[in-house]
Amino acid sequence: MSNPPIIVSASPHIHSEKSLKKIMYDVVIALVPAFLVSMYVFGINAFVVTAVAVVSCLLFEYLIQKYLLKTNITITDGSALITGILLAFNLPSGLPIWMVVIGSLFAIGVVKMSFGGLGFNIFNPALAGRVFLLISFPVQMTMWPTAVENNATMIDAVSGATPLGIIKEGVMYGDTITSLSSKIPSTMDMLLGITGGSLGEMSALALLIGGAYLLYRRVISWHIPITMLVTIGIMTSIFWLINPEHYANPLIHLLSGGAILGAFFMATDLVTSPMTKKGMFVFAIGIGVITVVIRLFGAYPEGVSFAILIMNAFVPLINSYFKPRRFGAAIKSKIM
Amino acid sequence: MTVSVLYSVLLLASLGIIAAVVLYVVSKKFYVYENPLIAEVEELLPSANCGGCGSPGCKSFAEKLVNTDDISDLFCPVGGNDVMKLVAETLGKEVAEKDPTVAVIRCQGNCEVRRKTSEYQGPKTCAISAMIYSGETDCQYGCLGDGDCVVACKFDAMYMDEENGLPIIISDKCTSCGACVDACPRDIIEMRPKNKRDLKIFVGCLNEDKAGIAKKACDVACIGCSKCEDVCPKDAVIMINNLAYIDPVLCTLCRKCVPVCPTHSIIETNFPPRKEKIEVKKVVENVESVKSQTNA
Amino acid sequence: MLKTFPKGGIHPPENKLTSFKEIKRMSLPKVVYVPISQHIGIPSEIVVAVKEKVQKGQVIAKSGGFVSSNIHSPVAGTVTKLDKIIDSSGYKKQCIVIRTDVKDASNLEEMEYPLKEEIMLTPKEILQRISDYGIVGLGGATFPSHVKLSVKEDKKMDCLVVNGVECEPYLTADHRLMLEKTKEIVVGIKILMYSLPVDKVIIGIENNKKNAIQAFLKATKSEKNIHVAALKVKYPQGSEKQLVKALLKREVPKNGLPLDVGVIVHNVGTIFAIYQAVQHNMPLTERVVTVTGKKLENPSNYWVKIGTPITDLINEVGGFPEGTRKLVNGGPMMGKAIKNTDVPITKGTSGILVISEDEASRGEQQNCIRCGECVYVCPMGLEPHLLMNLSEKGLYEKAFSEDILTCIECGSCSYICPSHRPLLDFIRFGKNIVKNLQNAKN
Repeated sequence: MSNPPIIVSASPHIHSEKSLKKIMYDVVIALVPAFLVSMYVFGINAFVVTAVAVVSCLLFEYLIQKYLLKTNITITDGSALITGILLAFNLPSGLPIWMVVIGSLFAIGVVKMSFGGLGFNIFNPALAGRVFLLISFPVQMTMWPTAVENNATMIDAVSGATPLGIIKEGVMYGDTITSLSSKIPSTMDMLLGITGGSLGEMSALALLIGGAYLLYRRVISWHIPITMLVTIGIMTSIFWLINPEHYANPLIHLLSGGAILGAFFMATDLVTSPMTKKGMFVFAIGIGVITVVIRLFGAYPEGVSFAILIMNAFVPLINSYFKPRRFGAAIKSKIM
Repeated sequence: MTVSVLYSVLLLASLGIIAAVVLYVVSKKFYVYENPLIAEVEELLPSANCGGCGSPGCKSFAEKLVNTDDISDLFCPVGGNDVMKLVAETLGKEVAEKDPTVAVIRCQGNCEVRRKTSEYQGPKTCAISAMIYSGETDCQYGCLGDGDCVVACKFDAMYMDEENGLPIIISDKCTSCGACVDACPRDIIEMRPKNKRDLKIFVGCLNEDKAGIAKKACDVACIGCSKCEDVCPKDAVIMINNLAYIDPVLCTLCRKCVPVCPTHSIIETNFPPRKEKIEVKKVVENVESVKSQTNA
Repeated sequence: MLKTFPKGGIHPPENKLTSFKEIKRMSLPKVVYVPISQHIGIPSEIVVAVKEKVQKGQVIAKSGGFVSSNIHSPVAGTVTKLDKIIDSSGYKKQCIVIRTDVKDASNLEEMEYPLKEEIMLTPKEILQRISDYGIVGLGGATFPSHVKLSVKEDKKMDCLVVNGVECEPYLTADHRLMLEKTKEIVVGIKILMYSLPVDKVIIGIENNKKNAIQAFLKATKSEKNIHVAALKVKYPQGSEKQLVKALLKREVPKNGLPLDVGVIVHNVGTIFAIYQAVQHNMPLTERVVTVTGKKLENPSNYWVKIGTPITDLINEVGGFPEGTRKLVNGGPMMGKAIKNTDVPITKGTSGILVISEDEASRGEQQNCIRCGECVYVCPMGLEPHLLMNLSEKGLYEKAFSEDILTCIECGSCSYICPSHRPLLDFIRFGKNIVKNLQNAKN
């Protein structure tokens, strides 16, 4: 027989086309439309924040794997890249660079690597990084440069609030939704992304395109995003119907505050979401309910990040309670 | 201000008192009597928790020692006779003295002498690779080289020789707990008596194939020629299934069998170099170098 | 909507390269190596001695117990050795080596007979014949058929399922057999209907073998009780439990057999072997083997005598192509990789797959990203990622309670895993240990 020696391994001897890298880079591709929109809206700042987040995430992962853990270096698998992009997408575009770096360090160093690296983290690293920054630097993290229509470059100085922020503040001071409506961007603007907010969360349309791509490529399944959005929609509809002057309409809730970004890119993170369909429903409903509760009754105007992180903590529990149905389990065996 | 300080102090103090009372009551109520001898015996045992005695840990072995009347067949291989003597004194029972043993690896099939004919892909553990097939070489009796024994050894007495792909036992550290023997799916590790200078003679092969097949698979395989059996003055060599085995009880370490083996599959360790014949043997050298390493 | 089983399953590229190649007859092997344990159960006992002359079809190893089987000489010749030869398990096993007598007339005789429809034997005789003539399940499990057919009186049985699924990629042995021996298989089914208390027969064939479905529809037109069902192409539909679920919507209980839901499943190859034994007095000494591989010059289907070394088969298809790195005994999903070509064909060999360099190596193992793909594709509703972890960590009690023993080792999980984790390797390992622990307990 020819050299080199024949290979022997256990069955199966063929493997599907799927691979870790393909999944990861599909996610990256899906994030491109939203990134382009943010570049258009926020200009060079969006690029800088994203680039810094990505580079620092990759660098921290490299340094930790090389010098602390002394394991194989896996920065090319794309997961740190995604963490970087998603972290940037959750930050305001005017955030100081050093804060972005600290956020990346927390996301990669504390949330991901200290649990054992890819696949072992309990919380979504990007979201945890964002929440860490939000709690540590509340002022800078809520300075939203507003987009000025047709003048995307001169946004630095202007700071506004997100639609949900406007509503929260207004309602707190006793204003009605109708009286606030002039301050809230139109539904169309929110869909396209011409509104205040984090880097990547504003353009619902671009995110939906990315989400559709992920669904098409079967990187994610529809269960989590659809269930989560439907839950948010139903909950907010109920409150809106009870008192439309006090609670904003469900469309505003769905299109703003990172609900779409969270539903398609954060909650569906493979590592930190349940594995069974049943579990996914529970997980997504939980996120939806917590989000609405935080938004309507909590101190923060937005609750998607907290909701996802809270439900992340429940994933191991969900996984052990919602098991797939075993074949032949219902019937008792006569043999044995 | 002072009032709030007072409140907090009082609150904490009362919490502490309540907790103390609860703890006291619980410890009295759920107190479990344990024979004090068990703790005493456990103190004597080496606390290695290796499982070499057959019990899962030193504590349970101590319980076993205290609770059984006849402990003559119980033995702690790690502590050896010294520890067992102390245990016997403490308990006032009789123990049997056992000769100390040490693990040896009965395979010398390194990459050079035992050629690889296939490549195994899969989890790097001997247990799984043995389940799938007979191994990367044509010898289905020898070492698989994935190091399950090294993982099993809790005393750092084993390591894999990266160059030749075989595990090596550091005799001085070996406590003969037997973990490696259980871990090896090929049963190539044997416990042999250990004498003062750690002199050993054993057949470093387990190949039961016929001479031609065995020799083709591995240069140092025992080919079952029974020359060693013929030369042995004490009838310590037993031939079964084309394979020689040296009975450690009968063997007097005379070393007559070593030079007659045509495939050099009999291993002698720690003997002074021979004067009459300056035959270079890789195996002996290997063991010697290991020995010197461990001493250094 | 085509029928299929509801949960899990995968659809690997079919690569059925040989489905249009007629089954050819292998030239007579010079030497045959007949292993004595070709079936599940107790190995057979050798009843011939070295230098003894054996006739073709003579019993050379006797059944060693109830769950065991007779082994017959595939050729007329002389026993030269009783030696240990490496077989597909990767270990050397006891074999009977027979040198073929090329001059013997029976060796040259073609084993093709005209169709014989009339059944002459009583049910009891049929069962005895199946047992005597060494028929085992030819689908790959090699479970002795007479054991499956010896149904206890108290078991209710109403349906015979004929397994013509052949869901393994590459293999076409059953497909060709169904096309070329349609009528014989139908007679075989009638034999089983006659000897078993069943009133309904379903022939399950996957939809990628449309011509076989047509052939059976035509051949069973006049039979009211024999139905032909087209199935959606999905792996592992050929597994008994999945097939019964797909065809009859009956779910075999955990740790149970199809018999528990009144069904008995037989492979088309087995049924043809039963036909040969009952109608033509032919013991099981040859079978259809697909020799295939993308790089092979001329992949084909062959009638091969049991005991023929694989070398002969490879030579028949034009030798090893450049860059061959893996040889598989069976299909790519469940077959066993073999170490060298001395391995003989046994009753359970449905194909020989030659894999070249680019597909032979496994991907590099990476961390589990908990994507849950393995959970979705597992047809048994298990959690492979969890079972792998449990067996890796040695938590066998927990693995048992997570139903590790119900794994059918179809390999769907390892196939799909994007991180290339050796899921099935560890599950199989854990399964073995758990099985031993359970046996020790009982």
